[in-house]
Amino acid sequence: MSSSIQAYDPEVDAPAHHHPIYDYDSGPPVDRGKFAIWLFLATEVMFFTGLIGSYLVIRMGSPAWPHPKELLAVDITAANTFLLITSSWMMVRALDAIQKGDKGGLVKWLGFTILGGSVFVGVQVYEYTVLIHEGYLPNRDLFWSTFYAMTGFHGIHVCVGVIWLFCVWIGAVRGSYTPQNYVRVELAGLYWHFVDLVWVLLFTIVYLM
Amino acid sequence: MSSSSSSVHPGMGAPGTVRVSHDHHHLGFWRKYIFSTDHKVIGIQFMLTGLVMFLVGGLMAMAIRWQLAWPWTEMPIVGKLLFPETGKVISPEFYTMLFTMHGTIMIFFVIIPLLTGAFGNFLIPLMIGAPDMAFPKLNMIGYWAMVPGIGFAIASFFVEGGGASSGWTAYPPLSTIETAAPGSGQGQTLWLLALTWSGVSSMTGAVNYVTTIVKMRAPGMTLMRMPLTIWSLLIAALLQLFALPVLTAASILQLLDRVVDTGFFTPTNLVVNQFNSEAAGAAAGGQPLLWQHLFWFYSHPAVYIMVVPAMGLASDVIATHARKPIFGYKPMVYSMSAIAGLGFIVWGHHMFASGMNPALGMTFMVSTIMIALPSAVKVFNWLGTLWGSRIHLTTAMLNALGFVAMFIIGGLSGIWMAATPVDIYIHDTYIVVAHFHYVVFGGSVFAIFAGIYHWFPKMFGRMMNETLGKVHFIGSFIFTNGVFYLMHQLGIAGLMRRTADPYDYEAFAHLQPLNQIISICAFCLFTWQIFFVFNFFHSMFWGKRVGRNPWKATTLEWDAPSPPGHGNFDHELAVHCGPYEYASPLVEEDYLMQSRDIGAKPAKA
Amino acid sequence: MRFLATLLFLALLVFGVWSFQAAESFGAWLPPHVSSFGPDIDALFKLILWMVTFFFILTEVVLIYCVWRFSKKDPSKAHFTHGSHKLEMLWTAVPAGLLLVIAFAQMGAWANIRFPSAFPDGEPVAVAWASQFDWRFQYPGADGVLGTMDDFESAHDFVVPAGEPVKFILRSRDVIHSFSVPQFRLKQDAMPGMAIPVWFQVDEDRPGDYELICMELCGWGHYKMAGKVRALPRAEYDAWVADQQAQFMSNGIEE
Repeated sequence: MSSSIQAYDPEVDAPAHHHPIYDYDSGPPVDRGKFAIWLFLATEVMFFTGLIGSYLVIRMGSPAWPHPKELLAVDITAANTFLLITSSWMMVRALDAIQKGDKGGLVKWLGFTILGGSVFVGVQVYEYTVLIHEGYLPNRDLFWSTFYAMTGFHGIHVCVGVIWLFCVWIGAVRGSYTPQNYVRVELAGLYWHFVDLVWVLLFTIVYLM
Repeated sequence: MSSSSSSVHPGMGAPGTVRVSHDHHHLGFWRKYIFSTDHKVIGIQFMLTGLVMFLVGGLMAMAIRWQLAWPWTEMPIVGKLLFPETGKVISPEFYTMLFTMHGTIMIFFVIIPLLTGAFGNFLIPLMIGAPDMAFPKLNMIGYWAMVPGIGFAIASFFVEGGGASSGWTAYPPLSTIETAAPGSGQGQTLWLLALTWSGVSSMTGAVNYVTTIVKMRAPGMTLMRMPLTIWSLLIAALLQLFALPVLTAASILQLLDRVVDTGFFTPTNLVVNQFNSEAAGAAAGGQPLLWQHLFWFYSHPAVYIMVVPAMGLASDVIATHARKPIFGYKPMVYSMSAIAGLGFIVWGHHMFASGMNPALGMTFMVSTIMIALPSAVKVFNWLGTLWGSRIHLTTAMLNALGFVAMFIIGGLSGIWMAATPVDIYIHDTYIVVAHFHYVVFGGSVFAIFAGIYHWFPKMFGRMMNETLGKVHFIGSFIFTNGVFYLMHQLGIAGLMRRTADPYDYEAFAHLQPLNQIISICAFCLFTWQIFFVFNFFHSMFWGKRVGRNPWKATTLEWDAPSPPGHGNFDHELAVHCGPYEYASPLVEEDYLMQSRDIGAKPAKA
Repeated sequence: MRFLATLLFLALLVFGVWSFQAAESFGAWLPPHVSSFGPDIDALFKLILWMVTFFFILTEVVLIYCVWRFSKKDPSKAHFTHGSHKLEMLWTAVPAGLLLVIAFAQMGAWANIRFPSAFPDGEPVAVAWASQFDWRFQYPGADGVLGTMDDFESAHDFVVPAGEPVKFILRSRDVIHSFSVPQFRLKQDAMPGMAIPVWFQVDEDRPGDYELICMELCGWGHYKMAGKVRALPRAEYDAWVADQQAQFMSNGIEE
């Protein structure tokens, strides 16, 4: 076999100076970044499926489970939930603004979204502080173990989202986005909507059910 | 090649032109070899790291084999260095750490990085005709995220209590209660961190691979013209995307149980070594079985992450060196997809003895037995490929044939484990060890060797030495079977896994000689790898220089220079036919490259 | 190389079949079964063994033949084909049928062993407690009820009557263990937080002492977590229970 292996032949084998142009794009007509974000969101869905599934299994398997209403400030969190949903709507406005070329609108609505997210995190931190002050720590019992795990991981996601949006906002202030080039705004927006959607689910099962 | 090369190299420089493309600045050493964003360099980084970790995990296996052959006897040479405090003897505590870390390292830092990290990175852009990955920086992060993982895994041996010692499956409460095992102190925490980092690495890789394969294929490279290697890597990446996050969630819950005393996996009234974590202020009421479900939801698909790319690599090597198209290309694709799909609903077969609902056990049994079907279809198609072929017995081909021969064994022995009543007896015995080593060592590792021998010329522009390669294969093949085959019989005799010294039991005392034979084979197998290590590094610098397509293969990577420069290809690419047009009647040669336009529709046959 | 490669793969086939054939002679084979589960499980094991052996020989022989026949130096091109729909159907349908047969063959045995309907009626004879790294068995006292003050405990030895179904509750005090007696073809994990009912029946003509092995990693001392199941004829068993109850009562009085 080795005899038939072609020896190195500089005529043919030396790399050419020439560079091909890779302007082709296969697959569905979606931006690469957006495609990757959807994949990433799929992993996030599985992550929260794991968490929520564990929550349900543990709750079903526990002989006694307090009703969340007795222990959690549901009304404050309901308001907080409304705030987060509103911030999602503001994100839609932000994207809409830049699509129409309204750079000022982008800065404004993005700013409101960030504000909404920050207040949400602030309220959650306040909630945690009060609860911890009252002695409800994660090691108290399974109700609190799961409560902190579920809301905590979501909270981390909100924080990441706020930081991400803030980075996009800086770009917006500098005027980096145009009606032709706003994919970064869209990517951050997708993530933000996902985080909000997860919260609606979590709020329902952790606070209401 | 020569017929097409003149027409597609319009910008070729004078003979002997050095490979510096004019639109590229020189990168410094750090940017070029250490923090590189070039998929080829990252692939080679994964490969070297994986091979080094292979050595580390292999050394642990040798220690395990020493203990099983001659328990509680002084280890020659290394005993004095490693275990001075126990009189050169492996302690039972250390034995549990050895097999735990052997499994962890081999799975998370050897097989997965070698298959998806090394071959995935190196081959995907080249085989689909792309300049690089979709996200080169993310790709670099993917490699460097694995490094802290390895750091944590190694560091766990040096913390108080030593490395994690609750098996690579880390079943709580053994893994969560600090008093349960010496390694369940800081060692287990580091183990969880190591897993999480390796998860980040796999995840970034998977996002990158899928995006690249979907979005960056060369014109004409339809899905059904992709080489099986690409299909297998795509499927493995999808498995990782959907399964791995669940393990991450589970690991974090276990980490919380350990660090902030939550009680997800800690049942009520647990007293471990006179220590009641509940009385000490930890939450309880949790379910240890929940961890097993979450863990196996990832770790069973992980088995397919470890074997599906091996199937892809072997398919490409077999077709090339058998000079014949892959028999049943579409059934090959469908069967790999079926393995991946079914892989999500079979995890419960690891838990037949766990106390899981027996009705659930029955459904898991049926799905598990049926997963043998696509595996069987693949084997038949490989044999169909070989039938009527013109086999060139190169080292790569020998390893690929070895893969098929041993994957058959690993696949068939799985049926015992899937059958619930038989599994009651077989569960946690050495037949399980035999089974998964035949899949992962006889299967994946031999496919990795086949892949290395096959693509080495593309990676480094030089051939590996064929004589040394064949010597390496023959010895490895003999000793691999010497090590793992007899484990079937040990398991049938009932010998249990993860046991430092089974010979105190009357039932197993007579099995020691058999274990000694296995251990001697294992030491030989380990030593025999010298031939590979020498060949690998020697050929890297002094191997015979080769051209673009030494194997006369058909797929796109053989169109690029060896090794390909930055940006991979030096001419425009388009794909005109399927990946395995060997022996095509349309051309004079016995291969028709995918990039070659012969102006006719490819022959149907 | 052609000769050598063929020989290598042939050696694997021959060694593979021979070692299963010869395993019994060097003691690495199923230990004789002594419980009611034994015949079923061994028969299913052998059913799969035969099927597996058939496909092992079939596929390896084809592989060896191909290696021998088609690696001859031959300048002509290989047979040009991309596959055969008929063959694909054949080798999908036949294994699918066989695998379904295997799957269905297991169901009866599994149901007879594990389904609640298969469990013998009546109270469990004992609670088997697993803990790092020993076995303890809690028997009901004279009142015949488990969990009362007069329960007595047997350390290490699990004494059961032979020739009749024995039901017991498997529990763990600390980590996961596994109750396994190879001769009984019985294995069940002891899961902390769960009380798992288990049953078996030792053959009437095979009373005796059988090694009880922990089969699930439970810590550094896992390898030495041994116990014993002592299957006694009914009369001896009754005498042993009476004796234990009396001993426990007298101990109680002395204290």
